[in-house]
Amino acid sequence: MAKKVLKNKVPGRLETLFTALKNEGRHALITFISAGDPDMATTEELIYTLERSGADVIELGIPFSDPMADGPTIQASYERALKKGATPGGVLKLVGNVRKKSEIPIVLFGYYNPILAYGPERFARNARRAGVDGVLVVDLPPEEADELKGPLDAVGIDLIFLLTPTSDTSRMDRVGRVGSGFIYFVSLTGVTGARTALSTKIPSYVKKARRHTGLPVGVGFGISTPGQAQEVCKSADGVVVGSAIINIIAKTRGKKKLLGAVGDFVSKLKRGVNRA
Amino acid sequence: MKTGPDKNGHFGPYGGRYISETLMPAVIELEEAYKKWKVDKEFKEELRFYLQEYTGRPTPLYYAERLTKKLGGAKIYLKREDLCHTGAHKINNTIGQILLARRMGKKRIIAETGAGQHGVATATVAAMFGLECEIFMGSEDIVRQKPNVFRMKLLGAKVTPVTSGSCTLKDAMNEALRDWVTNVYNTFYIIGTVAGPHPYPMLVRDFQSVIGKEARAQIKKFTGRLPDLLVACVGGGSNAIGLFHPFLNDKKVKMVGVEAGGHGLKGHYHAASITGGTPGVLHGNKTYLLQDKLGQIRETHSISAGLDYPGVGPEHAWLNDTGRVKYEAITDTEALEGFKALTDTEGIIPALESSHAIAYAMKYAPKMKKSEVMIVNLSGRGDKDLETVSKALNYKL
Repeated sequence: MAKKVLKNKVPGRLETLFTALKNEGRHALITFISAGDPDMATTEELIYTLERSGADVIELGIPFSDPMADGPTIQASYERALKKGATPGGVLKLVGNVRKKSEIPIVLFGYYNPILAYGPERFARNARRAGVDGVLVVDLPPEEADELKGPLDAVGIDLIFLLTPTSDTSRMDRVGRVGSGFIYFVSLTGVTGARTALSTKIPSYVKKARRHTGLPVGVGFGISTPGQAQEVCKSADGVVVGSAIINIIAKTRGKKKLLGAVGDFVSKLKRGVNRA
Repeated sequence: MKTGPDKNGHFGPYGGRYISETLMPAVIELEEAYKKWKVDKEFKEELRFYLQEYTGRPTPLYYAERLTKKLGGAKIYLKREDLCHTGAHKINNTIGQILLARRMGKKRIIAETGAGQHGVATATVAAMFGLECEIFMGSEDIVRQKPNVFRMKLLGAKVTPVTSGSCTLKDAMNEALRDWVTNVYNTFYIIGTVAGPHPYPMLVRDFQSVIGKEARAQIKKFTGRLPDLLVACVGGGSNAIGLFHPFLNDKKVKMVGVEAGGHGLKGHYHAASITGGTPGVLHGNKTYLLQDKLGQIRETHSISAGLDYPGVGPEHAWLNDTGRVKYEAITDTEALEGFKALTDTEGIIPALESSHAIAYAMKYAPKMKKSEVMIVNLSGRGDKDLETVSKALNYKL
């Protein structure tokens, strides 16, 4: 199924990226970190480190008090960020700062309540101004998405949806009709967090999701090693790694050491992705 | 006035299905199963059988004569849900849901619990049908409700302490949702209140409506007419909606939902989501929440663990906005007075949750005429709360 032509004629950073990667036969390394963990200033530096180490897309988590889809690693990370005063406004400000120095595609990843409290229209407007490219809201399936999709469409920001092993083809079609940017395919039934084994069904999931949505497919949840990233990218257009990076952030003391450790790890992930 | 939900589970602007994509097929499957079975003769007969022979329904509607005389106003009738098997109304819903789970072929049951009443009611029906059962309970509540924890364990359930966030009901619900997302293929999640993603608010309401249907017939039999006022406590709001719903079209019947006012609505030490909160999205539905300006969920407080929750069922949110039901808050101290008064005058020890409804009745009955009639939902018995009450009254057990 061919993807419908977006109203916004100028291709956004995400579309441009995935088109370029496809033409070059490469895959996207999508890295997730929580905005504000350990603090906003460090998050900004982490973003530059991720980019230098090979990340193609930055996913920034908007901290929420009740992250129902997340495992212990990201729960703890959000708690640390909230204690340091992270807010949706602060996250947008951070993206604005990053945009002065970097053109890397940025996707905000979060739960609906903080966005609802901020105001969907105001959120869309300010996200656009800051330079956000996509928004993914874990607890906002297509059925409830109109309230946010309208304002995001109006400013040309992609609303990215999840598909999962429980999604049948009719759900895939439905998501394909409303989603843009890429599909975030959840590799397993479960919450976020590092796992030792990958599902053998990923290639068939990816193929189906791509066929039914016409969008590039990034696979995430449970992927934590360069080998797994390589494996996933044999079939997917991209791979998302989050908890494994956050585990490093949680246990490394001192900014310099932290940036170094994250950079080393992401470089290794990138080599895995490039081997696929 | 019985409006909704619509086909996507909305009550006005509230309700809906704000959940991760992984769970969407599961709630759609549940909705379809419920649609199919709720009109099935055998299902309805089985439900009726267990409600009668196992739970002990119909529960009495008892005229609380001494309490009425003491207050000197409206006649107070108590709907005795405290006499249900396991000691509260919660089992009306768990029986309904486990019958669905069996028909859907689910082998494993999970539930969240606050006071432990829903956990006990779930563990009970799981034991009765021989299904594996895991209950998620905040570690703070585990300390507050030790007897119920032991009860669940005796019934063969695994009780998993939840140590994230405020370690209470909302965190238990987060953890149950995380488990469900992980084990979605073989697991049935029995939600204990009229909240969560569609179809739960509708499903739980329907199973709890037996309270109001019985009460309606009983009061007409006793007094020859409909009551003037219905009173019930509201945490998530399942016992309240159960009593209210069959009366919603009776325009002259007033209704009050009583929320947990904790230390008072001025600070944050309460759990009164409608009277002290604002609309937002949590646990799969849009509804009134206790949250800060940035949309982070607040920690709540109530002397009663069963009301200690920062949200409320979406239908209540809607009934509030339409003005059909009034919502009021009762403080911890007032609830304790209600607890003592009912024990003293009627020889009935109420749950601390239900004591909130009693306390409101005590405030309001004297303002009503002697000819008027009020039904208070006595949603549970107080055995589980003896330790909490003894502490509050400085009595050493």
